[in-house]
Amino acid sequence: MSIQIEVNGKKLEAFEGETILTALKRNGIRVPTLCHMNDFIPSGACRLCVVEIVGNPRLVSSCSFPVSDGMKILTNSPRVIESRKTIIELLLSNHPDDCLYCIRNNNCELQSLAKEYHVIERRIHGNKNSFKLDHSSTSIVRDPEKCILCGRCVRVCEETIGVSAIEYINRGSKTLIGTTMQKGLNTSSCVNCGQCIMVCPTGALTEKNQTHMVQDALQQKDKTLVVQYAPSISVSIAEEFGMAPGTDINGLLNAALRKMGFKYVFDTTFGADLTIMEEASELIQRITEGKTLPMFTSCCPAWVKYIEEFAPDFIDNLSTCKSPQQMTGAVIKSYFAEQSNLKPEDIISVSIMPCTAKKFEMQRETMGRNGVKDVDIAITTRELIELIHLHGIDMKTIQPEITDSPMGVRSSAGKIFGATGGVMEAALRTAYKKITGEELVDFKINAVRGFEGRKEAKIKINDDLEVGVAVISGLGNVRALLDEIRNGKNDVHFIEVMTCPGGCVAGGGQRIGVDRSFIEARTKSLYDIDDRETIKVSHKNPEIIELYDNYFGHPLSHKSHELLHTCYMERDVLL
Amino acid sequence: MGKSIESILKKYDNCSRDSLISLLQEIQENEGFLSEEAIVKTGKKLKIPTSKIYGVATFYNQFRFEPTGKYHVMVCRGTACHVLGSLTVLQELEKVLKIKAGQTTRDGLFSIEVVACMGACGLAPVININGSFYANVTAESIKEIIESYRKKEE
Repeated sequence: MSIQIEVNGKKLEAFEGETILTALKRNGIRVPTLCHMNDFIPSGACRLCVVEIVGNPRLVSSCSFPVSDGMKILTNSPRVIESRKTIIELLLSNHPDDCLYCIRNNNCELQSLAKEYHVIERRIHGNKNSFKLDHSSTSIVRDPEKCILCGRCVRVCEETIGVSAIEYINRGSKTLIGTTMQKGLNTSSCVNCGQCIMVCPTGALTEKNQTHMVQDALQQKDKTLVVQYAPSISVSIAEEFGMAPGTDINGLLNAALRKMGFKYVFDTTFGADLTIMEEASELIQRITEGKTLPMFTSCCPAWVKYIEEFAPDFIDNLSTCKSPQQMTGAVIKSYFAEQSNLKPEDIISVSIMPCTAKKFEMQRETMGRNGVKDVDIAITTRELIELIHLHGIDMKTIQPEITDSPMGVRSSAGKIFGATGGVMEAALRTAYKKITGEELVDFKINAVRGFEGRKEAKIKINDDLEVGVAVISGLGNVRALLDEIRNGKNDVHFIEVMTCPGGCVAGGGQRIGVDRSFIEARTKSLYDIDDRETIKVSHKNPEIIELYDNYFGHPLSHKSHELLHTCYMERDVLL
Repeated sequence: MGKSIESILKKYDNCSRDSLISLLQEIQENEGFLSEEAIVKTGKKLKIPTSKIYGVATFYNQFRFEPTGKYHVMVCRGTACHVLGSLTVLQELEKVLKIKAGQTTRDGLFSIEVVACMGACGLAPVININGSFYANVTAESIKEIIESYRKKEE
């Protein structure tokens, strides 16, 4: 029901039951917060969103206080501003103050607020806690000294991802965010998804930055430098360079990477096509030969680790296919190496991923052979942007270039891997062809598109076969589905899981501080590419056909099992 | 001592997460501390992530995560003891034993626990070692007290 409130002397419309903050936001009034997150129940932890309600002796936190009819609100009264400023000063009183040396310099919510509220001197001196840096994870670095205890990471980890690797430890001034027994992320149940980094207002959570390793590699003149980038990368960085969010800058990216010093630039989307060839064949094999069903996608390394830790009873349900990153990596160090007369050990293979969990995936034991890893360095979108700036590349003046053969041509089915439902859609297109011998009439499978946490559909393949599919976006949504399967749900054959809500376009390695509209723009861009381009199915990618003719023979062949498939194991971690 | 973690957990068969604290207390009563194993098993039992259990347990002073030493030193930090300088006593004790409250020395001899009030305010500042009370402790006398226990061990 619509009600009237008065904000700073102006009448505004609000709805019964909503919070003051929601009403203000909708009416274009910005209120600072450090703990608020959209779609989460407010915690009221940071107190920065306080406002004054006329007649109420105390300031209230607008994020958790409901509106009521006739309420008179002051959002910027001297009392409110003084109070917010004091909160910021208190937060800064035990902060390390090393902004210049912080990875979040110029992209830090605390820093921006300090500037906004004109904090220019240290009025309050607090005792600084000395906490240890948690460097134990392959993907994520935690610095509790920079933490302001807003609790966003704890809530994302618990409510969105369903993992709860981190929690508030201790009490009072000794409080910190930590893992069980404070043993570090590597022994915790952390799946390395990096969503905690995406919500951290300060530099307390960052990816394990490996730009220096890329820099070192670029100097090794006796090695051949090869790079691949994930399907979502080309649509996720445009805004950094002043272009509209979601713009596909695939060609510019190729040029930039060559300018940086990479000799060969490949597109992981080719690996996505390869994954589809193998995964669709595996699905058909599982269905026709009566093997373990439902089959789970294995492209998302955070999801794979989740199964190994939380649901090892489902390990056999995971597709044995490596992810596109690892498949591309394996082809680089085998087929490509042979074709170019290179020794696999003389190639340094770098991958650019929207994901922090890929740093974990590339170092898994089974991701290579004879001491040669499929991928040597995995960096995130953020690290890529850092490198582009570091190398002084002006994205606005360079000319687009094309990717290299034999992993340059891609289908648009591989491209939509970057969005939730994309792997499913691409796999179904190829599976349909493989079973019926005909192409789908309409390639668009709308039932698996969109941002909902769980989508289910029945896809009729022929008179005898209807494939039940489920798509999970946001790992926290998977637990209920797994329980249903344990309790006998048997109408799904194929399940795609992406840990990050929305898929890789919203991955934990992407730019920090973008809102939902950016994610939507990136997703739209991927689907636009799919509408625009002519090769819409992985099995029609000419380079894929060539690769099978020249090298692998056919999907699930002995050679492809050797290079493109992997295995999983139960993990003993502190759940 | 004596009851295994399993036998304690068995008593909580149909319990939910509300039983967490009493369960932890019972385990600590038996084991003397909360081990990693105990936390993992409790988590499985009550279906709570271990991080949450550790978070709850570290919130309260009563839980410890290391076995107690042969001599368990309880330092009172109640109001009367505080007024008469128990903080200095605690700091000196931590310095002498080279451990913090809640920890145990490497040789397993001493452990420190901070307690809120022992109900012996007339003796403030007061400490208790394995049941024996020491009254009007000072930063100087605490050194001698610890030294006397060390001598016993030689």
